[in-house]
Amino acid sequence: MPTLLDFRRRIRSVKNTQQITRAMKFVAAARLRRAQEAALAARPYAKELMRVLHSTISRISEPRHPLLARRPEERVLALVLSGERGLAGAFNTNILRKAHEFFRANKERNLSVIPVGKKGRDALRKAGFHLLAEYINVLARVEFGMVREISNVVTDLYAKRQVDSVYIIFSEFKTVMSANLTVEKLLPVDPEQVQEGARGSQAGSQVDYIYEQPEEQLLDRLLPRYVESQVQRAMLESSAAEHAARMTAMESATKNAGEVIEALTLHMNKVRQAAITKEIIEIVSGASGTA
Amino acid sequence: MLPEALELVIVTPTRQLVRTRTREVTLPGANGYLGVLPGHAPLMTELGVGELTFQAAQAERLSLIRGFAEVLPDRVTVLAETAELAAEIDLERAEAAKARAEQRLAEKDPNIDWDRVSVALQRALIRIQVARKHRGVPVNAH
Repeated sequence: MPTLLDFRRRIRSVKNTQQITRAMKFVAAARLRRAQEAALAARPYAKELMRVLHSTISRISEPRHPLLARRPEERVLALVLSGERGLAGAFNTNILRKAHEFFRANKERNLSVIPVGKKGRDALRKAGFHLLAEYINVLARVEFGMVREISNVVTDLYAKRQVDSVYIIFSEFKTVMSANLTVEKLLPVDPEQVQEGARGSQAGSQVDYIYEQPEEQLLDRLLPRYVESQVQRAMLESSAAEHAARMTAMESATKNAGEVIEALTLHMNKVRQAAITKEIIEIVSGASGTA
Repeated sequence: MLPEALELVIVTPTRQLVRTRTREVTLPGANGYLGVLPGHAPLMTELGVGELTFQAAQAERLSLIRGFAEVLPDRVTVLAETAELAAEIDLERAEAAKARAEQRLAEKDPNIDWDRVSVALQRALIRIQVARKHRGVPVNAH
C-alpha cells in the first residue's frame, strides 16, 4: 500500500508535467497566431500575382515555358510537409499516412521525395525512400528566404527534366481542431488553376496592356514567383496546422493532468483519514485495555 | 474624363506595404525609370533594382528590388520581390552588406559567384541611397 509520501511525490510530479504542457500550449498558441498573421499578410501578393499571371498567360496564344510543359508522369517528385516536432497529437501520423497513400497510388512510377520538417524526414528516411534533398527546422517559423530556396530547387529539377511532375503534400489549416490533408500539383503549372485563383479579384484580364518587355519574358519571371507563392502558402498552412494541433494536444494533456491530480488528492486524503482512524482506534482500544 | 488620383498598392510576398491614393508615382522599371500620372495607358512592366517614389500626404520613398508593376488609368499595383520604406531601412546593415560584397569582389577568387555578389552589391547600394536621401545625408558621403 502506497504511503502518504508516495502520493505527495506523485502529485508533485504530475503537477510539474502539467506546468510543462500548459507552457507548451501557450507557446503553440502564440506561434499559431504568428503563422496565421503571416498567412494573412501573404495573401494580397499571391492574389495580385495570380491575376497578373493569368492575364499574361491569356494574352499569349500558345504559352510555351519549361514550367508549363506537360510530360508523361514517369518520374514523380513529392514535397512532403510534416511537423518539426512531436507532441502534436496525430498531426505527424496523419500527414505521413496521407503521404504513404500517395506513394502507394504512384507505386509503379519512379518516386522521389523531398521532406520538409524533421518528423517527416526521420520517418521517410527510415522507410527507405529516395530523398533528393531535405529541409529541417524551417516550419516552426516560415522564412521567405527558405521558401525561395526550396522552390528554386524544385523548379530547377523540373526545368532540367529530372522529374516529370511535382506534388506537394501538406496539412491545410482549417480550424484549431482540424486540418485538411491536401495533395496539390505544383508543377507543371496548370493555367486553369491560375485562373481559378485569379477569379474574384478585380477584372483586368481583358485590358489591352502595353508590355514593356515581351510577354514571354514576363512569363519567364512570373512563373517562378507563382511557384514560390504556392510553396509559401503550403508551408504557412502546414506550420499553422502543426501549432494548432500541438495547442489542442497540450490543452487536453493539461486537462488530463488536472484530473489525475484531483483523483490522486482524493485517494491520498482517504489514505490519510484511514491512517488517522486506525490510530484513534488503536489509542481507544489500548486505553480501554488498561482501564 | 481622367481620374484625379491613382490608387497605389505595393505588395511583397510577406506583406502589403502600401495602400494609398497618390497623384504621381515613379517606378524603377527594368528598362529605366518611368513616371506615372492618373490616366496612364494600361501597362505591364518588369521592375529592376531602384527607388520608388510617390506623392501622398508627403513625398514617400522606398527601395525596391525587382518585381512587376501593373498600371491602369486609376490604379498602380506593384508586386515587389523585396521592398522597404526608407524609414525602415537599416543603414548600418546595408553598409555592412556593401562592404562584404566589395570585399568579395576584391578577393579575386576565381570561384566567385558573380551574379550573387553583384546582386548583393546592387541591393546594398540602393538601400543606402534611399536611406540617405530620406535622412537628408548626401548620397555620396563616405
